[in-house]
Amino acid sequence: MNALEIADVWKYYGDFPALREVRLNIAPGSTLALLGRNGAGKTTLLRIIAGLSRPSRGSIKIHGSEAREQATRRRIGVLGHGIALYDELSAIENLTLFGRLYGLPDARQRADEMLERVGLARVRDGLAREFSRGMRQRLAVARAFLHDPEVLLLDEPFTALDDRAIAVLQSMIQGMRDRGRTIIMSTHQLREALELASHVALLQRGQIVHAGERTQQMLDDTGWLYRTYGEN
Amino acid sequence: MFLRQVWTVAAKDLHSELRTKEAWNASIAFSVVILLLFAFAFDPSSEQIREFGSGLLWMTYAFAGALVLNRSFARELQNDCLDALIASPVSSAALFVGKALANFTMLFAVELFSLPVFGLFYNTWPPRFAPLFLVMVLGTWALTIIGTLFSALTVNLRLRELMLPTLVYPMMIPVLIAAMTITTNVLAGNPMGFGMRFLVAFDIIFTLLAVVFVDTVLVG
Repeated sequence: MNALEIADVWKYYGDFPALREVRLNIAPGSTLALLGRNGAGKTTLLRIIAGLSRPSRGSIKIHGSEAREQATRRRIGVLGHGIALYDELSAIENLTLFGRLYGLPDARQRADEMLERVGLARVRDGLAREFSRGMRQRLAVARAFLHDPEVLLLDEPFTALDDRAIAVLQSMIQGMRDRGRTIIMSTHQLREALELASHVALLQRGQIVHAGERTQQMLDDTGWLYRTYGEN
Repeated sequence: MFLRQVWTVAAKDLHSELRTKEAWNASIAFSVVILLLFAFAFDPSSEQIREFGSGLLWMTYAFAGALVLNRSFARELQNDCLDALIASPVSSAALFVGKALANFTMLFAVELFSLPVFGLFYNTWPPRFAPLFLVMVLGTWALTIIGTLFSALTVNLRLRELMLPTLVYPMMIPVLIAAMTITTNVLAGNPMGFGMRFLVAFDIIFTLLAVVFVDTVLVG
């Protein structure tokens, strides 16, 4: 069974088709780099996979189940553009809250473990609004990985991260890969994405114009993919 | 599982509000100021107060409620927290009921705070408090359910602070009429009348409708 099956998905905003007949199958354990220029439909596709939006046509299955099913959402982790943390709650309160929402048996203990992993254990009782930008980003990474998701969706994960947050995120993504988790990340940062990815999909004006394994040629020449399959 | 999710969402909202006191302070200040202003603007006889007092009280609750309800889903926009909640395994129904419970608690606390102000400045106390609390609970739940649903509906609108009252107040009219009528009866020491059954039916029907449709409202 595929980790993700996207079958003929269309998404309209008014009359504008943001996604057009998107078809994609992703095997468990794959790391997919979802590439494309601004407005290509990457975020729209990730939002539909995350169950934040419904497709106008077509269907999405995650490990054989509908994206909006509760059991499916428990298996998904999302790190989007926003940090998705409550400024008025402390670091430990934020993570414990999401742990409880994901039904973790010992949410507080897991929250403590994650704070340790992202280097925020020392400020566990500090309010999120008092954190620096980099600390907030690390806390957001901890939130996304908190419930050890089987499918991880990352939307521009490296954008605006500081060096330490990038290191934390890369190490956690590597850990997920080693444990056979499926990762889908949209990004403009080709070099970082291609180094982590096992597969690549290129979106252009809402359509997948190329999907396949990441090759050595892509790593050697990061512009090759756009030159070969994309618009000039 | 459902109840645990409801409790987690409600506790989070109440905890956040206790820490910031944004909606609470505005709502309390508004209700007390309105009640005080009207008390000084008129010098009504006790008979007149019995006629319009309940109307004044419920109008104050309705307007103070808008301040609480406006913040309900809007507070989730900060840092895209609403996306994280929708993407989590919490059902939309549990999210909605949890938020409605938190709003109900906040609004009821505002009402309890402003009730003595009303009694003191208008020299009006009900002969028995239990019927008054009953109508307050049923009326406040009705206001909360409608307000929370429309708060979810308008959360992504640019003019949501204008749109929420515009959409919500017409829906609240039947509830307010029923609640005012019953409160007038209670303050006069009369039986509560037919309005009570209307409020119970309204609460049940709108709670069920909101729970059924909230996923469509949130996810689209």
